[in-house]
Amino acid sequence: MWAYIVRRVLATIPVMAVVALFVFSLLYIAPGDPAAVIAGDQATPEDVERIRASLGLDRPYLVRFADWLWDILNGDLGTSIFTNLPVSTMIAQRIEPTLSLMVVTILLAVSIAVPMGVVAAWKQGTMADRAVMGFAVLGFSVPVFVVGYVLAYVFALELDWLPVQGYTPISQGFLPWIENLILPAIALGTVYIALIARITRATMLEVLSQDYIRTARAKGVGQRAILFLHALKNAAVPIVTVIGIGIALLIGGAVVTESVFAIPGLGRLTVDAILRRDYPVIQGVVLLFSFVYVLVNLVIDLLYTLFDPRIRY
Amino acid sequence: MNTTRRGTLLGAGALLAAPAARAQTAAANTLRVIPQANLTSLDPVWTTAVVTRNHAFLVYDQICCVDGQGGIKPQMAEGWEIAPDQLSWTFTLREGLMFHDGERVLARDCVASINRWARRDPFMQVLQPNVAAIEVLDDRRFRFRLHRPTPMLAMALGQTPFPCFVMPERIAATDAFQQIRDAVGSGPFRFVREEWNPGQRALWVRNERYVPRNEPVDGLAGGRVPRIERVEWTILTDPATSANAMIQGEQDYWEYPLHDLLGLMRRNRNLVVEQRLQDGTYGVCRFNTLHPPFNNPAIRRAVAMAVDQRDYLRAVAGDDPAGWEVCEGVFTCGTPMANEEGSEILKVRSVERARAALREAGYAGERVVLLTPGDYPQINALGLVTADLMRRIGMNVEVVATDWGTLVQRRASREPVERGGWSVFHTTSAGLSLQQPVTHLFLRANGAQAWFGWPDEPEIERLRAEWVEKGADPAENRRIAAALNRRAMESMYYIPLGFYWQPSAWRRNLQGVFRAPATVFWNIRKA
Repeated sequence: MWAYIVRRVLATIPVMAVVALFVFSLLYIAPGDPAAVIAGDQATPEDVERIRASLGLDRPYLVRFADWLWDILNGDLGTSIFTNLPVSTMIAQRIEPTLSLMVVTILLAVSIAVPMGVVAAWKQGTMADRAVMGFAVLGFSVPVFVVGYVLAYVFALELDWLPVQGYTPISQGFLPWIENLILPAIALGTVYIALIARITRATMLEVLSQDYIRTARAKGVGQRAILFLHALKNAAVPIVTVIGIGIALLIGGAVVTESVFAIPGLGRLTVDAILRRDYPVIQGVVLLFSFVYVLVNLVIDLLYTLFDPRIRY
Repeated sequence: MNTTRRGTLLGAGALLAAPAARAQTAAANTLRVIPQANLTSLDPVWTTAVVTRNHAFLVYDQICCVDGQGGIKPQMAEGWEIAPDQLSWTFTLREGLMFHDGERVLARDCVASINRWARRDPFMQVLQPNVAAIEVLDDRRFRFRLHRPTPMLAMALGQTPFPCFVMPERIAATDAFQQIRDAVGSGPFRFVREEWNPGQRALWVRNERYVPRNEPVDGLAGGRVPRIERVEWTILTDPATSANAMIQGEQDYWEYPLHDLLGLMRRNRNLVVEQRLQDGTYGVCRFNTLHPPFNNPAIRRAVAMAVDQRDYLRAVAGDDPAGWEVCEGVFTCGTPMANEEGSEILKVRSVERARAALREAGYAGERVVLLTPGDYPQINALGLVTADLMRRIGMNVEVVATDWGTLVQRRASREPVERGGWSVFHTTSAGLSLQQPVTHLFLRANGAQAWFGWPDEPEIERLRAEWVEKGADPAENRRIAAALNRRAMESMYYIPLGFYWQPSAWRRNLQGVFRAPATVFWNIRKA
């Protein structure tokens, strides 16, 4: 097992190297010029050129890439072209809101979607099953920002139960922290709930039709034990896989959710950086997201061994 | 007492939420602002971003500035004396001026700040050949020595489009093309750098050492009294969320509400929606004069004949005529230089006549590449109206929808459209920048040195130089401005598209909000 973990961690290095090369090259060939954005309308072409030179953007591709790579290897993600702040500082400022949003969303989604999927499979063909599947279709179909606006209108403007926008760090109290996250987590989690509920239902239906389930029933095992001890544990591998894949979905959705609820997270940082062509920030955030995604996949692979003892690494 | 259900819920969790209660108390002393954009840079010389300029007005002070009528008044300066031969100007600083770091503001700080700013400001660059030297006389006095009389010197120093802010000499010594790191000024508020989270929030606190002028506020002139403890900007990028935050009282002031949401805001009794900026925002349709078809002035004039500014302004600011105004000249309407000499072409407003004029001008179906920025709703709307208009008069238009970051790069290309160039794009400008020939970016017509589109009109440049020379004579200035407008309309290298008002919204409990050429936050307090 430990040898496997070490192998997988080492395997992330070439993956990250490819991601780094890809991100850097893509930004190099993409149109847009931060110097022109900085200089503004009043600037002459000479001014723009001088700003470009002062930012080092006039150097050849290979020189820039080599410098950037060397800095990365030394743990330096660079400095934002616009704010003059280290990229690592900017990421550190933004990581808590995004992490909080994702953790709350995952907890909310798993705790709602898995029971929904189990119930739908157990009561296949009934109203409960149709209701769950109807919700799943709706969850897939309605965009995150629409769900966000509706939630804000109902629970913030009309009922005045929750704030419209913003984020309060957990260090300022649990209640203000969670109060700011409830609506964004529901908005972001809707599609995630739909995805997990559908997969849980489909996998459970397959497991529930297995011989050992019939045998368990014949032996008089209770319904709850059959569903949650025998069936769900055997259905867990595909469900956990989907939860992992869904994290990529959450990263994409977080960009929109953070805009709608004004949460100062990494999603907004990425969009702002892209619009301004703040290359070091884009590169830093994309590298971080890639690393997180590789790590999540590793954790999921390891979780397989918990649910299915036949899997060995 | 205004008790809300959310307040009750919060009360129930008081033990868990004690820090939140403290935050609410702090809100009473804090002006919570939704700014027009994200504050990404702190250096008002390095970037021309308006949001950075607004930050700078909080942090820095000016030697002189404009009042509500456009006159130049002393601000940090006690005053200035002009020698009888007009070849030297001596400025004297007020007593008691201090930087946020506790150092006194000295004349050498002013000279260093002027030198850095002058390297980037187009207005000062016009006057720079007249300046022999800027000398420090003592701690409170500095002097401009001039080669020839320069009556517009105070106007350049006190202008608002690219203000000359005073920084400590150690910071002002930074190259004008390098960004400064310290936001230390002597203005009414102090920037709290450790609380700055670009993209989320920025915070300023009252500068206890600030000594305001003992005069009522008047535009940017008069006493800049900080009447609130803290000014906190929260970056909200979504207009609907911003509107909701204002309605719920989570924010106090929204600098640029979306026009579509003004009705909603006006219907709320707790909100005031009013015009704060003195000038409107002007739309501009800019042609590339280097390549066909718009290297032909007759074709540019044919397009102008189809333009009805009202179509553009409705597309941007809605149907309420109070929200915009037609302005069929190149100078800011309602200001001394404004005139419509030669502007008859903009009053034709006929697609049929434009189509006929286009045929006569020899348009041969050349491809027109029109750039539109999807992330700038107002400019995007202007572009789409022009695209429709050009198609209706029979032009072969390709709309390239992109984002502003890409547009500003592509507009710098002088290549023909086949090699990644462009034919037309749109932009907007504060009326403030279009009041005088010397600050009027779009009017410049010095070929390769001109603004994007690169018109080459020696007569325009001659008139502009004449205007600078005769800056002290209002009658002469108006005559030259009329000639400039006439020539610009003949050449039509850009089409003025009128202007719209950009109101601001604030909670009714804010007091002391006043009109000014820029968004500033002194003099405002909470009731």
